[in-house]
Amino acid sequence: MLALSSANPTQAPVTRFSAETCCLSINQFHLAYAGKTALRDLTLDVPRHRVTAFIGPSGCGKSTLLRAINRLHDLNESVTHHGQIQLEGQDIHASQMNVTELRRRVGMVFQTPNPFPMSIYENVAFGLRLQGRMPKRKRDDIIEWALTSAALWDEVKDRLHRSAWQLSGGQQQRLVIARTLAVQPDVLLLDEPASALDPISTLKIEELIRNLKSQLTLVLVTHNMQQAARVSDYTAFLQQGELVEYGPTDQVFTNPRLQRTENYITGRMT
Amino acid sequence: MRWLSRPLGTRAMGSLLWPWLCAASVAVSLLMLATLLTLLATRGLGHFWPASLEEVTLHSGETVIGQPVREAPLPNAAGMERLYFTGNRDIDGTRWRWVAIDDIAEKSVPDEIVRLERTPWGDFIGRLSSVERAGERLEGDAAWAFVTTALALPDSQRPEAQLHLTTANGQRVIQPLSGVTLFQTPNAMSWVQKTAAWSQRIWQFLSEGPRAANTGGGVWPAIFGTVLMVILMSVIVTPFGVLAAIYLNEIAHQNRLTRLVRIGVRNLAGVPSIVYGVFGLGVFVYGIGGSIDSWFFEEALPSPTFGTGGLLWASLTLALLTLPVVIVATEEGLARIPDAQREGAVALGATRLEMLTRVVLPMATPAMLTGVILAVARAAGEVAPLMLVGVAKLAPQMPVDGEFPYLHLERKFMHLGYHLFDTAFHGEDVQAAIPLVFATALLLVLIVLVLNLTAIFLRHYLRRQRGNEC
Repeated sequence: MLALSSANPTQAPVTRFSAETCCLSINQFHLAYAGKTALRDLTLDVPRHRVTAFIGPSGCGKSTLLRAINRLHDLNESVTHHGQIQLEGQDIHASQMNVTELRRRVGMVFQTPNPFPMSIYENVAFGLRLQGRMPKRKRDDIIEWALTSAALWDEVKDRLHRSAWQLSGGQQQRLVIARTLAVQPDVLLLDEPASALDPISTLKIEELIRNLKSQLTLVLVTHNMQQAARVSDYTAFLQQGELVEYGPTDQVFTNPRLQRTENYITGRMT
Repeated sequence: MRWLSRPLGTRAMGSLLWPWLCAASVAVSLLMLATLLTLLATRGLGHFWPASLEEVTLHSGETVIGQPVREAPLPNAAGMERLYFTGNRDIDGTRWRWVAIDDIAEKSVPDEIVRLERTPWGDFIGRLSSVERAGERLEGDAAWAFVTTALALPDSQRPEAQLHLTTANGQRVIQPLSGVTLFQTPNAMSWVQKTAAWSQRIWQFLSEGPRAANTGGGVWPAIFGTVLMVILMSVIVTPFGVLAAIYLNEIAHQNRLTRLVRIGVRNLAGVPSIVYGVFGLGVFVYGIGGSIDSWFFEEALPSPTFGTGGLLWASLTLALLTLPVVIVATEEGLARIPDAQREGAVALGATRLEMLTRVVLPMATPAMLTGVILAVARAAGEVAPLMLVGVAKLAPQMPVDGEFPYLHLERKFMHLGYHLFDTAFHGEDVQAAIPLVFATALLLVLIVLVLNLTAIFLRHYLRRQRGNEC
């Protein structure tokens, strides 16, 4: 178990990991859409090579936080923010931070599978091609590795040059994960990756998430309590843009410190 | 609620009736389209069919040879009269002859009647009596054999000869062989020969230049001009329209000004085309063309080079005319692409330009092609603005030839739409030109169809290639 310190259990928790185990550090982060606050002074550390789940009711800001880590809000001019998000000790909003390099290091998988309208091979090669030329042999190896890591290689190895849109929803989502893995990110952000999938595909994705944590740090946003309990090591409960409770998943689910958390988890309040 | 209290019968009737109403609208539209195409095809293509020629002897002893065209009732219920196409305008002063059916004493379809097409004067209908060649006189079968072999040769290799012809009333005409473009004996032809002659005449129509002030001959320069102008227009309008759509949809801030611009663009599509013609004349021809002339072609002044209507200005004017169509179609295509695709690309570390060029634009290509299809369809059928900016009744030179720089953008060109208008209303004998008008109209429809089908197949191919549904 990693060292976890918490200041005051009744107030908004300030959860810290030591520098060696901390991958993402969010510090007093505040974000607003066109003046409307979505995240309020959020402070939270995400441990390296673990699965951290963000749970909370719709509109609580968990997806917003996830997108902020990838700086996807840059595309939307109405978003304002202050506070810090650090990736391995570097402020991601710092002027010397290259946003495309940040996005390579922080991969993101969305709720609905979004493979590009090209072949399976080209989908996985997309991120690699953005980084410049590389020998085809090396690229092929990386693509095979990425598809294998995403548990998709065996299903698609014979049709790599067919359109990615012909795959099933679950396969498409694993392809998107493979596409993200191919650029070898440090962090993988998953925004409700299984919510549009059938139960069997969901199980496959969950298994994949558990297997991937040996390679990278995962952050998972989910609406599904069981899923958070099954796959995550740490769970953060957000409500109305504030962090309510954060701790090891076992503790949050079996022995939450706050009544609010317990109510949400047991379904007495949404 | 009142509608509930209405008798069930009316409601049931209504719900039974409305699908039929919808189906009937579709049926009426289809029927009208089919009628249009059938009319164009029969009237247009029928003109080239070697129809039988009748020889009619009247009670007065006069003989008329011609192709029966139609019948009409005489005034005062005095029976019917029939219109014959008799040709021989140089001799009779007209090509047509109305004959009252009651006046006909005898009617026959003799095999030896010939139909000629000549320059000048057009059709001749009558008999071949002999051929005079280098002082030698051929008669009967020898004359026939000579004429058929001589006309099978290309123009330049034909021997010098004079045809001695006789009209229906026995008047003698001497016709040099070099002026003959067609020599037929329709009454003696079998179906196979007629079909062959028919296809040959259609081919001549498609591949030759016009004759006799557009009332005869072919339309090849007009086909070429139309297609070339449409292609040039597409090459100009596509990049402009696509870039403008990308700016409006992907780059510009979505505020009131953007919305205003968008409404403006959509409304431009409804501006009457002649207005664009006036704009093209004022800005492109007189403004830009005049300036180009005074800077680069001063030695040719006062005769204008670019300062008069030409292919370039016509293409530019039509590009302007079709720009809204391309912008709107491309914008709709861009708006249909889910944001998830854009975010997916950006989340992988793509810059905005990479996202646009590698993901968004390939996905929007079918929509762009739809825009180009619509633009082509509109441009190929547009005549009014072209009359102001460069179309000619008869262009002396083709816009593309072997002379440097091969593509002559400043030249005037012929256009099927204008050719059609000119043939229909500006010829001396409108009645004779009507079948050509139908044939030209059919051709125009077919060209638009072919241009559209090309773009549709291209779009289909692109979609298939990536299993794309949008």
